[in-house]
Amino acid sequence: MNFEMPNFLPALPEIFILGMACVLLLIDLFLKQQERYLTYLFSLFTLLLVAVLTIYGYGGERLTTFNGTYVADSMSQILKLGVYFAVFVVFVYSKDYLRDRDMFKGEFYMLGLFGMLGMMIMISAHSLLTLYLGLELLSLSMYAMVAMQRGSTKASEAAMKYFVLGAIASGMLLYGMSMIYGATGTLNLDSIASHAATADKTLMAFGLVFLLVGVAFKLGAVPFHMWLPDVYQGAPTAVTLYIGSAPKIAAFALLVRLLGDGLLNLHDQWQSILIILAVLSMAVGNIVAIAQTNLKRMLAYSTISHVGFLLLGILTGTQSGFSSSMFYALTYVLMALGGFGMIMLISRKGFEGDLLDDFKGLNKRSPWYAFMMLILMFSMAGVPPFLGFWAKLAVLQEVIAADMIWLAVVAVVFSIIGVFYYLRVIKLMYFDEPDSEEQLECSTDMRLMISANALMVLGLGLFPGSLMAVCAAAFSAT
Amino acid sequence: MPELSDYLILGAILFSLSIAGIFLNRKNVIIILMSIELMLLAVNMNFIAFSHFLNNIEGQVFVFFILTVAAAEAAIGLAILVVLFRNRRSINVEELDSLKG
Repeated sequence: MNFEMPNFLPALPEIFILGMACVLLLIDLFLKQQERYLTYLFSLFTLLLVAVLTIYGYGGERLTTFNGTYVADSMSQILKLGVYFAVFVVFVYSKDYLRDRDMFKGEFYMLGLFGMLGMMIMISAHSLLTLYLGLELLSLSMYAMVAMQRGSTKASEAAMKYFVLGAIASGMLLYGMSMIYGATGTLNLDSIASHAATADKTLMAFGLVFLLVGVAFKLGAVPFHMWLPDVYQGAPTAVTLYIGSAPKIAAFALLVRLLGDGLLNLHDQWQSILIILAVLSMAVGNIVAIAQTNLKRMLAYSTISHVGFLLLGILTGTQSGFSSSMFYALTYVLMALGGFGMIMLISRKGFEGDLLDDFKGLNKRSPWYAFMMLILMFSMAGVPPFLGFWAKLAVLQEVIAADMIWLAVVAVVFSIIGVFYYLRVIKLMYFDEPDSEEQLECSTDMRLMISANALMVLGLGLFPGSLMAVCAAAFSAT
Repeated sequence: MPELSDYLILGAILFSLSIAGIFLNRKNVIIILMSIELMLLAVNMNFIAFSHFLNNIEGQVFVFFILTVAAAEAAIGLAILVVLFRNRRSINVEELDSLKG
């Protein structure tokens, strides 16, 4: 038996992050609490370096390595850059929040980086094995992050719920993977695609259903969404921001790798399942969100409805459908970062600021940030010319191109229902009297970052072509 | 000599037992953790059976990874359980209801 050395170069970003996270683990051990900002700066520096590595280290062709378990293509490059950006923004936003709550410890950054490593592995996975390992690395980091606020009853309850339902989801996914493996005799996604036509039909269908249930759990698609609002509400806002942003990009990659790369032959079967998931998600997400008084919980239901939209693009099963979903995922992450960031902006020591009433009269206290929140809410609602509108439009165009006009109509109806609760936030900010006249207190980097974030939503909304072209290029190359 | 389907049925029975254990249990979180372990073992049973009957080693490699991940998962699950017990002085499933809406 001869052993061939794999080509390590395509996986350089992952290896780099693994190394840097381990170095950070060691450095953090020897730091005093007042020197903890070094950990923070080191992790930001790591993110910048890995972005450079990802941009310059990739030649533009599709490469597989590690015996076909790892793939580097243009989609993985763009999604990884999106993930770095999201994690970078999360770290910047959460610095003050964590410091005010005695959670400014190395663990947040370590778990954040390891979770990001998991996302990167998911994005570049080319075998069921790597897909599973990346997913678990991400999930285990997130369970621990939710429980990080050790004295909080709500956080530990949320962590327990998240852990149990996440573990069930992994179990379902694995059971599905074992069936697919049994039917095709391989774990490699390309070989699965080539064997799928001749494989045992019942076994494949059986495996597919379990696989989709697992993925739906992880995504938070209705009827497997029960954990999502509880976790978003119970976790500290810094962690909610992390869970609610970057992993959505990874979840999109998971779906495309599994359904697009591996099981495209079974498109007829998974399409109908995804239609049900998408319609239910849009319905439940948008309608239940109306009844919420907690902004974090409301945004959780809004996430569920956005997941429904994300599924719309994927269920068409075409390359342009996938690229419209990718555009949607990146757009959503940008808006979610801003939305949860605003909660952290108005929070201060001993005050969470996560109730809808806390946003009352924000315009009187700080017109600029009220305007930022207005941009974000309009964008989430899908009002032109903000970025969220173009994302919804792109997905709906693909659905209509696939001859499912009724589905597009249903999606539009539910998103119009959804506009109500986004507009309510705007009404609270502009037309209600504030409960307190206190000025917002937060550091300059947070102010700059959140303004840049919201203005990016506006700017990209006015000129959506560049981001759309990037997403289209990611799929036309393969 | 048992056939492939026998092993698959065993796997399915173990899997259903673990699902039932999670959803029927209304008392203790530790039983849920045990059920989760059982679920992963049921999957391992499937993988090993397929691997043996397909004459393909990949399934057994997967099993090693699942076992390792299951250990890590149990560690994190128990750690969360300890935090939960410290905060609430109870690990009763029915009392986990402070988050609602």
